[in-house]
Amino acid sequence: MTALTLSNVCKSFGQVDVLKNIDLTVEENEFVVFVGPSGCGKSTLLRVIAGLEDASSGTVEIDGQQVNDVPPAKRGIAMVFQSYALYPHLTVRGNMVLGLKQAGHPKDEIERRIAEASRMLSLEPYLDRRPAELSGGQRQRVAIGRAIVRNPKLFLFDEPLSNLDAALRLNTRVEIANLHRQLDASMIYVTHDQTEAMTLADKIVVLRDGQVEQIGSPMELYNDPANRFVAEFIGSPAMNFVPADMIGGNKGTFVGIRPEYAQLGQTGQINGTVIHVEKLGADTNAMINIGTDKPFTVRAFGQHDVLPGAEVGISFDQAKVLSFGEDGKRL
Amino acid sequence: MNKARRNPFNIAAMHGALILYTLIALFPVFVIVINSFKSRKAIFREPLALPDADTFSMIGYQTVMKQGDFFLYFQNSMIVTVASLFFILLFGAMAAFALSEYRFKGNTLMGLYLALGIMIPIRIGTVAILDMMVATGLVNSLMALILVYTAQGLPLAVFILSEFMRQVSDDLKNAGRIDGLSEYTIFFRLVLPLVRPAMATVAVFNMIPIWNDLWFPLILAPAEETKTLTLGSQVFIGQFVTDWNAVLSALSMAILPVMVLYVIFSRQLIRGITSGAVK
Repeated sequence: MTALTLSNVCKSFGQVDVLKNIDLTVEENEFVVFVGPSGCGKSTLLRVIAGLEDASSGTVEIDGQQVNDVPPAKRGIAMVFQSYALYPHLTVRGNMVLGLKQAGHPKDEIERRIAEASRMLSLEPYLDRRPAELSGGQRQRVAIGRAIVRNPKLFLFDEPLSNLDAALRLNTRVEIANLHRQLDASMIYVTHDQTEAMTLADKIVVLRDGQVEQIGSPMELYNDPANRFVAEFIGSPAMNFVPADMIGGNKGTFVGIRPEYAQLGQTGQINGTVIHVEKLGADTNAMINIGTDKPFTVRAFGQHDVLPGAEVGISFDQAKVLSFGEDGKRL
Repeated sequence: MNKARRNPFNIAAMHGALILYTLIALFPVFVIVINSFKSRKAIFREPLALPDADTFSMIGYQTVMKQGDFFLYFQNSMIVTVASLFFILLFGAMAAFALSEYRFKGNTLMGLYLALGIMIPIRIGTVAILDMMVATGLVNSLMALILVYTAQGLPLAVFILSEFMRQVSDDLKNAGRIDGLSEYTIFFRLVLPLVRPAMATVAVFNMIPIWNDLWFPLILAPAEETKTLTLGSQVFIGQFVTDWNAVLSALSMAILPVMVLYVIFSRQLIRGITSGAVK
């Protein structure tokens, strides 16, 4: 059974088309991540799925039922917001109870679900506090708890980690991944951070300007990007693009070389001058001016002594090189 | 804190200016209150002296209690003010919520139309309003005053509250929608508590002019049983003789409820004013 099917979903605000013909299926228990630069329509798409915005055209099916005209509360979804959106005047327990009370669940059922969710998220000590008395990470856990108690078929996460600091972000990321393993529910997760997308997703949907650029597993997108945009967006540091004629290819086309597939040496297929070096301990990133607009980045594993100003050669395995046409499509 | 604010001379000057302003603002009130406790002769002989054993007199308060139905006037003023405030806040907040929350055709135009009333004084329409009240048989009823004051207060209320409601996080309202709250519950339970400071500001700004108004009570509801406090106090001011004791006593008593309401709202009021100013 598919958890979610979008067919031909379009959304426009006045003259502006925010989403253009989005087709997508999310299987049961799948973790799908929408990723793309800001303004690409990923949050709008999530809100269309949640029912907070109406699709201008196209159909949204959740769990096999068309839900275009179903209000958000009846769609069997739960949503976690970037700003947590906890009710400021209610306690942690009150925040989690409210939705269940509205849906008219019996009291002991509500108690059982609250107990289970607060155990999973270690929220027991905070149940009687108000959101203002909690730290950012705790608030985010309450927001997730409020989603869990609804027992939804589909979880929607709208950039849930972007308000947390780096260390907490990593912890919460792991927690969300654990949650997904425990809960047996489908999840849709919106982010602009490709690391979050790569680490969490079963399936990544790359969006740009309201259109789907590519859908695939993280490794498919990494190894086999459909176009230059996806190739550049997935992977960090980003892929290098070099005019193909520099290495003996056709004029007008480009080749893409991932920084981790290139090596530094005395001589290589491309030569240039080192302009900047970043030493991260486990690896060393060198930026090399090879005469193109953007410097070429080489990610060398381990620690290397490369000095800015040095003349170096870049060598790479021809088999790992991806070719892109003038229009950015893969050749 | 910057250097200028720590300088003792600056602190003294700042507090001096504030104290001076407070004295100037409170002086008329002070004079009214002390003179209300003095005999008529003492008021004119030494208006600024405090009442002492010789000059102390409750004659003003006795006159007020005896003449006219002071408590009825008081009650009328209270009913009109509280009911008007209630309707201004209720309808103002609802209109503001609709304007700030929902996208519909003519939203901006509607907002401008509702704000137009800020610039046009309602008193220009007095004759038309009187005509309407006569036609609907509302003359000499408190309802007439409540309706007029509600109309008078709504434009500013909508204007201020819609500005504040735009600042309430969309995510919060959406979280409510996903939890199955109705739009009314979202409005009353989530949004209203968050704009409470703004509501208090609107309440205070509207309360004082309504309480003090003489114009509309005089024109729309001058009957004995619908007189407001301000209108009722006018019986002591004659063309040739004015019973100053009674006027001052009536005014002193009229200050009290406004003060009580102000104390209730003041903390919220200050938050409402400053949150708009410093953001």
